[in-house]
Amino acid sequence: MSLDAYVRIEGVSKKFGDFVAVDDVSLQVSRGEIFCLLGGSGSGKTTLLRMLAGFETPTAGKIYLDGQDLSTVAPYERPVNMMFQSYALFPHMTVAKNVAFGLEQEHLGRAEIGRRVGEMLEIVKLSQFAARKPHQLSGGQRQRVALARSLVKRPKLLLLDEPLAALDRKLREHTQFELLNIQKALGVTFIVVTHDQEEAMTLSSRMGVMNHGRIVQVGSPTQIYEFPATRFVADFIGSVNLFEGRIAGADAQVTRAGGSRTRIHSNELGCALEVEQPQSLAAGATVWAAIRPEKIAIAREAPTPPDAGGSQEANVVRGSVKDVAYLGDMSVYLVQIESGKLVRVTRPNVMRGTQDRIAASETVYLSWHASSPVVLTE
Amino acid sequence: MSRPRITAGGRLVAGVPLTWLFLLFAVPFIIVLKISFSEVRLAMPPYAPLLESHGGHTGVQVHLANYSFLFTDPLYIRSYLYSLKVAAVSTFLCLLIGYPMAYAIARASSTVRSVLLMLIVLPFWTSFLLRVYAWIGLLKNNGVINNVLLYLGVIHEPLTMLQTDFAVYIGIVYSYLPFMILPLYANLEKHDVTLLEAAADLGASPFTAFRRITLPQSLPGIAAGCLLVFIPAVGEYVIPSLLGRTDQLMIGRVLSDEFFENRDWPVASAVAILMLLLLVVPIMLFQRLERREVGAHK
Repeated sequence: MSLDAYVRIEGVSKKFGDFVAVDDVSLQVSRGEIFCLLGGSGSGKTTLLRMLAGFETPTAGKIYLDGQDLSTVAPYERPVNMMFQSYALFPHMTVAKNVAFGLEQEHLGRAEIGRRVGEMLEIVKLSQFAARKPHQLSGGQRQRVALARSLVKRPKLLLLDEPLAALDRKLREHTQFELLNIQKALGVTFIVVTHDQEEAMTLSSRMGVMNHGRIVQVGSPTQIYEFPATRFVADFIGSVNLFEGRIAGADAQVTRAGGSRTRIHSNELGCALEVEQPQSLAAGATVWAAIRPEKIAIAREAPTPPDAGGSQEANVVRGSVKDVAYLGDMSVYLVQIESGKLVRVTRPNVMRGTQDRIAASETVYLSWHASSPVVLTE
Repeated sequence: MSRPRITAGGRLVAGVPLTWLFLLFAVPFIIVLKISFSEVRLAMPPYAPLLESHGGHTGVQVHLANYSFLFTDPLYIRSYLYSLKVAAVSTFLCLLIGYPMAYAIARASSTVRSVLLMLIVLPFWTSFLLRVYAWIGLLKNNGVINNVLLYLGVIHEPLTMLQTDFAVYIGIVYSYLPFMILPLYANLEKHDVTLLEAAADLGASPFTAFRRITLPQSLPGIAAGCLLVFIPAVGEYVIPSLLGRTDQLMIGRVLSDEFFENRDWPVASAVAILMLLLLVVPIMLFQRLERREVGAHK
């Protein structure tokens, strides 16, 4: 256990009747961190957030914030604020009144409230909209009012429920970075709930992936993407090609120029698979090799092995292009390999022009480096 | 936004209620207005025509005496004020009782909610007159309430409840409560519960959240409910006649007495016109308030 755990969630569960929404979750978040809870709908992420805010009581487990046990603290007495997905702005109050509401509950002086509301509106760049009502604002402005309202009380912890979900794409990107700047400037600890992996990756310093009420993996965005712990995580974050196989028998460990490698037999792949990932798995164990689409090379000619001394047959598979989708910045190729499985490959469109681009129904070779596949056991 | 073109079908749809209102509201109103400026006469009809010819030349005779008479006899002023007081107190009581009920219905689960709404509307299935008569049976000196209290030994002499203000309030509140609850429910049901969570999150206690979030947002519902109770209560005739005091009449009773007992149609008409003015002012105020509310949400 790290000493600087600011938010400590210990064995928290929440049941609604027979349904287990959150199942024995333990988690630690450091001071000043942006932690993202990522998961699909029904994964329990929102329930966990609502327990942090105090709107739901855990069926089991404890939640500590800065050493204080929050279990028995009512929502309106917690040093925690929440930014709601719908923003939940008070429609009958002006922007300034909305932001002032939280401070008025602390019975601060009128001058003090006015000063802090002014400061906060300055930070979210809404000073000239102070006298407007929420329905007179755009979606992005409303989002910033909600942020200002939840930050003005200087909470120890700010909870954000899908903070960018209601914004259109362009605005969302812009707002993401604004949110990061504000967070850095104020040093407040953020816990963000989102179903959008892109949002989670850009915002968070660390993230936790949730599925069926459990936290499946916690790590930095890079760790989660490059070293997913389970097939669920690999598939949920980005897209991935999964090949079922078994650890080879006697010849499992082979030595190549680049170092020791593990051999995996996969009927789904149809070629020998050599991976760099050190394995302590027993021969014959069922595993899944996960390869990201952008880590597969696609070419008309069979590639020469990238590292001298590599096996000619390993990590190369032949197939025919079924479909090409041009997305502008990149193209997606759906390649049917000889085993019949469809493999997704993406290539960035570095060069302009259309000449010599691989087209549908061409025969191609797919290849990848031995460091690319991630071997998963569950 | 451009106005949609009015089609022949649209004219027909709007025309039917307009014709209805004209024939059954505007025309009778004009007749009553005309009578109120006339003079009483022992004839059939019992008032003088406004248009009269005196030896060759025809003139319009407008008598304002009926109106000035209403201000000379304190009976009328007192009845107006008493009616306003009874209506105001009843409206306030309806609000006090109806608001928590509407709130509870709006927050109930959908199955419970439909049952509760049904129970609110159910009394309308029995005749209004019958329900007011039933209160006589409950409130009179040897009625159900007095008998039960005497039997239990709570009181030793029957309480005089019938023919008091108390009985009128009971009658009006009982009869008009649904008109308070239904518009309030319609308003409260639309409230976004996350706003209360947001208020709690920002440090507001449940009471503060109610006072600062729920109450201001339910003002249109409160206004609608209050007007729906207040306006008919001012002119209420049946309830005070059956349950109310005999020494102090409400204006509805005065009007009917002028009409049927005194057969003074002009004065009765003047009473009616003045009552209408008394009621139209709050209605217009309400509509202005409502229009401003609607405008704010565009």
